[in-house]
This record gives sequence, structure tokens and C-alpha cells, in this order.
Amino acid sequence: MPRAFSPHAATEVERIRSRYPTNLAALIPTLLLAQKEFGYLGDDALSLVAETLDVPVTKVIATATFYTMLNKEPVGKFHVQICKNISCFLRNSDAVTRELRSCLGVAPGETTEDGLFTLTEVECLAACGRAPVVQINEEYHEWQTPESMRGVIDGLRNGATSNHGADV
Amino acid sequence: MSATTDAPEVPAIPGIPKAPRVPNVTLYDHLLRDKHGKDYREIKVYETAGGYKAAKKALKMGPDAVLAEVKKASVRGRGGAGFPAGIKWGFVPKDTDKPKYLVINGDEGEPGTFKDNYYLSMDPHRLIEGCIICMMTLNIETCYIYIRGEFFDQINTVEKAVEQAYAAGYLGKNALKSKMTLNMYVHTGAGAYICGEETALLESLEGKPGQPRLKPPFPAVVGAFGCPTVINNVETLTSVPLIIEHGAEWFMGLGVERDGGSRIVGISGHVNNPGLYEVGVGETLYDMIYGPGGGVLEGRAIKAVIPGGSSCPVLTPDELDVRMTVDDMAKAGTMLGTCGIIVIAEGTCVVKCLQRISHFYAHESCGQCTPCREGTGWLARILDNLEDGRGRQSDLDLLLDVADQIGGNTICALGDAASLPVQSFLKKFRKDFEAHVEHAGCPFEEIPLPVWRKP
Repeated sequence: MPRAFSPHAATEVERIRSRYPTNLAALIPTLLLAQKEFGYLGDDALSLVAETLDVPVTKVIATATFYTMLNKEPVGKFHVQICKNISCFLRNSDAVTRELRSCLGVAPGETTEDGLFTLTEVECLAACGRAPVVQINEEYHEWQTPESMRGVIDGLRNGATSNHGADV
Repeated sequence: MSATTDAPEVPAIPGIPKAPRVPNVTLYDHLLRDKHGKDYREIKVYETAGGYKAAKKALKMGPDAVLAEVKKASVRGRGGAGFPAGIKWGFVPKDTDKPKYLVINGDEGEPGTFKDNYYLSMDPHRLIEGCIICMMTLNIETCYIYIRGEFFDQINTVEKAVEQAYAAGYLGKNALKSKMTLNMYVHTGAGAYICGEETALLESLEGKPGQPRLKPPFPAVVGAFGCPTVINNVETLTSVPLIIEHGAEWFMGLGVERDGGSRIVGISGHVNNPGLYEVGVGETLYDMIYGPGGGVLEGRAIKAVIPGGSSCPVLTPDELDVRMTVDDMAKAGTMLGTCGIIVIAEGTCVVKCLQRISHFYAHESCGQCTPCREGTGWLARILDNLEDGRGRQSDLDLLLDVADQIGGNTICALGDAASLPVQSFLKKFRKDFEAHVEHAGCPFEEIPLPVWRKP
């Protein structure tokens, strides 16, 4: 893991910091930036954020461990997050989860051996009108069925990037 | 422009006291403008459709007149609590040496709620204009728009719109050619439902874990960074330009007395046409489900309806003839919440529905108050036992006992939000819970969920 932000990210940190009256307030956006830069938030990334913002590392850890989007462990290249809550459940998200388990060969909370996919079950993604909803990296995939989900996964596996993945 | 929905076939609902009627719902497109075929994310398109005229008008009217107009419009907060927005604005002290803040709550994430998603992704300038009007009225220099972190696209969209508003002179130094400086920033969350609670949101904005604060002091006096702060939901402020543009009378006329305006109702679950629909405040649940919602999948009967997001007490089919206003819903023993209606068809296991809801609150409890931190986990595990065939008759009373110990005993309303569904599901569907004990598992396991098609 790099011990410093890239020049671009360092500029971004300064821009973020200028928005707030305290350094601590810049913490969550900076942690998200660090996660984008380093893939996940290991101990050295957390220390780097603490040093950069001049905030006690204990405060950084307290915040980093509170929020579900901040990954303290490495995740796959594609983080597949399926909503299991009521509106998605009613439209059979369980069948989509079963399909994901079978075609990825992992259970929720696990990463495939090739490091390509991490499967996570999440709570509401606020797109209940188009349930079931699956978020892969930054992109929402709505109206998912087991068949459409398999198509999305196959597309990603075949080398498409998440940002240009099959939109079903 | 308005349109009346095509009346679909209305199936008979067992238990409904009077003959099913043909729903008659008027849909509006004041707020929900997705059918216009225009890209309102672009400032030029937004301006051509009359955008930012309300901000200019508000500047001419002056703060007192604007505040009076917003109060008169009786716009109730759209984030779930339903507190009148004008009165909330009035709580902010006029004479203070401290800076004042406007914070927008865009941390949408209660199951069944997906309306702010629309404003943030499709019509960000409306929100920005509403913020500008609020800032001018209350002499606020800095605004943070807090958006849940999962909304990557929406965050980009709003950031781009804010940049455009700066470039056009609506924000920044001498905003709208006045003497005011108006600064606006997008702040992102990082995954925590609790941050939709206003004081948890402030903690999160300040970089801390989202653990709610004790009130008082209220945010209007001690809010963000220890300064007076107005916190409003996205939809609440999106309604403000409409009030200023058309006047409070017009706005009120869309709704009912003491609950003015139109708002976006979200319908999800077992309906033929899930989605967002803008209606005047006061349509009935029944009309919304069988009108725009298109009725239930496969023509099934309704088993249960959660009216305003997962925390609102559940209703049975004979309780749907109720107007969707803050007060009427309270009288019916439930809450209007965020107008996110979840429809559950006959044949569905309501215990399993509650299990999902209870796991949600167990996951999202911030861990600060013991009754909620421990109790929400208990609720979820007892429901797991019932579903998995390990349930005992005594579990039913235990569920109620735990729920009673959470409700009212916590700093914030998440405790109530976790206990209300348990209490209401048990009260109205006790037989289903008992069947899980007798059957040693879920008796609905063999009944398939209704099949849906993408509209």
C-alpha cells in the first residue's frame, strides 16, 4: 500500500478540507477518496488520512468502522451488493441472491478466489420501485431476475468494466 | 398539466366494508417532471422552464414575506416526521454572532422510500433553488447537501448542478447580484441509515460516527459545528420554489388544510405499476394502490400494506380507505412517513416480511442506547427462530416485551421505528405467528411470490 496520496488526490483533499470549518468534517469524504485510491482502508491508509488531516487516529478508526461503505478489508474488483430488504424481497430478490451464490461460487461476505467478485447482502438502496436492486461498484442494476443477473455477471467476467457493464 | 389515471379493473377485496370503488386519482407534474422529456439537470433547460425565477422573486419579496409565505403554505416536512417547515425555519435565531447553516437531508434509505432519489438524479436545480431561497430568507451563508454515499450518480449530478449555479451567479459572492454570499457544498455519507436522523446527520457531517444527539438543544439553536442550523429533507426544499412562484394559496390548494401541497408517493412491492407518482396531499391509500399502482400482481388480494416506509405500523386491507395526510394517518394508528407505500399480496408470509424489517433495524442501530442496540438484535433472532422452525409459543409475548422495552427508551426515533412494526404485525397477524409455532416453521414456504414483469 502506498504511503502517500497521489498528487491528484492530494489536491482533492485540500479542496475537500476548504469546504468545512473543521478538519474532522473532511474525514468521511477523505476516507472515501482514500478507499478509491488504495482499494480499501487498511491500517496504513487510516494512518495516512489521520496524518493528512491532522486528526487523531482513534477518531479516524471510530468513524471508519462505523460506516458500511468503508471497507476495512480488501474487496473484489467488482463489489456485488444485493438488497435483501422488504421491497426487494417481495419481488423475489432471494432468487437473485441464490443465482449469485451459484454463479460466483461464494456466500455473502466472501470474495471469489480470483479476486474478481465480492458478494455482499445490503440493506435498502433507495430504489424500491425498481426492485430487486443490485449495486455493482458505483452502478445500480435494477429490475433484476436470476437470468438478467447471470448476464450481468457473465458480462463483467468477460472483461467488461463495471462502468460499461451490461445494463439490464 | 394533470391527468387522471386510467381506472383498471378493481378486484373485490375481502374485508373491505363497502363495495370497491373506481379509484379517481389526479396525477400532477409540478414536482415529478420525468415525463416531460427534458433534461432538467442542465441549467439552461431548467431556466427555460422558469427555473430560478422564484429565487429572484424571493429576493424582491424580502425575508419576512418569504417566511410568511412558506408558513402559510403549510408545507409539512417530507422526511418522515411531518413537522411544518415554516415553523422550523422560524426557530432559527435572527440575532446571533455565529454563522448559520442549512443542511439538506438526502440520506434516503428507509425501505420503501425512494422519492429523493428522483430529485437528486433528475431535477437537482429545483433543490438548489429551494436552498437559495431558504438561505436568503434566514441569512445563511453556507449550505451542505448531505447525500447518501451509495448514490454515486446522484452525487455527481448534484455537484455538477452546483457548479453550474455558481457559474451562473446564483451562488457565490454577490449571489443573484445581491450583497449576499451563498456557498453550497455536497457532502457524502458512507453507508448508515441512522444518518437520516437529523442530529446523527450533523455528527456525520462533522466527521464522527452517526450517533444521534440528545435534544434539546435543538439544531435550530445548536446544530452543525455548534451553530444554528436548519435541517430539511430534499423534497421539503424542492417544494419551496413552487410556493414562491405560484403563491401559498395555490400550493395549499393542491393539498388539504394544515397539510399543503403535492408530494411524490412511492409504491413498491406487489403492485403492477411500482414507481413514483405525484399527487395532492390527501389521496387515499386505496386509491393510490388501485389507481396509479395498477392493483396487485396476479389480481391477488392485499394481505398487508406498510404505508410510509418500513417503520410505519402495518395496515390490513379494510384499513386502506384513509387519506394520506400526517394527521389522518396518525388517527388511523399509523404514520404517513415518507409516503413510501409497500404492498404485500395475499399468500406472502408476513412474519418473513417483519423478519427483513427487524434485521434492517438491528443492522442500522447505531449502538448508542442499550435497549435499541441489544433489543433490535433480539427481535431479529426471535423472528429467525420462528421462520426456521425453532419458535416457541412464548416467543410471541417475548417479541412484544422486547419491543415495548425499546420504544420510547432511546435517544432517537430509531428505537420506535424498530418496535412499531413488531407491535403492529403481531397485533394484526397474530394467527400467522402462531401458525409458525404450530407448523414448526413457515407455513407459507410452498406458496410462490407473485410473478412480476418489468413495465
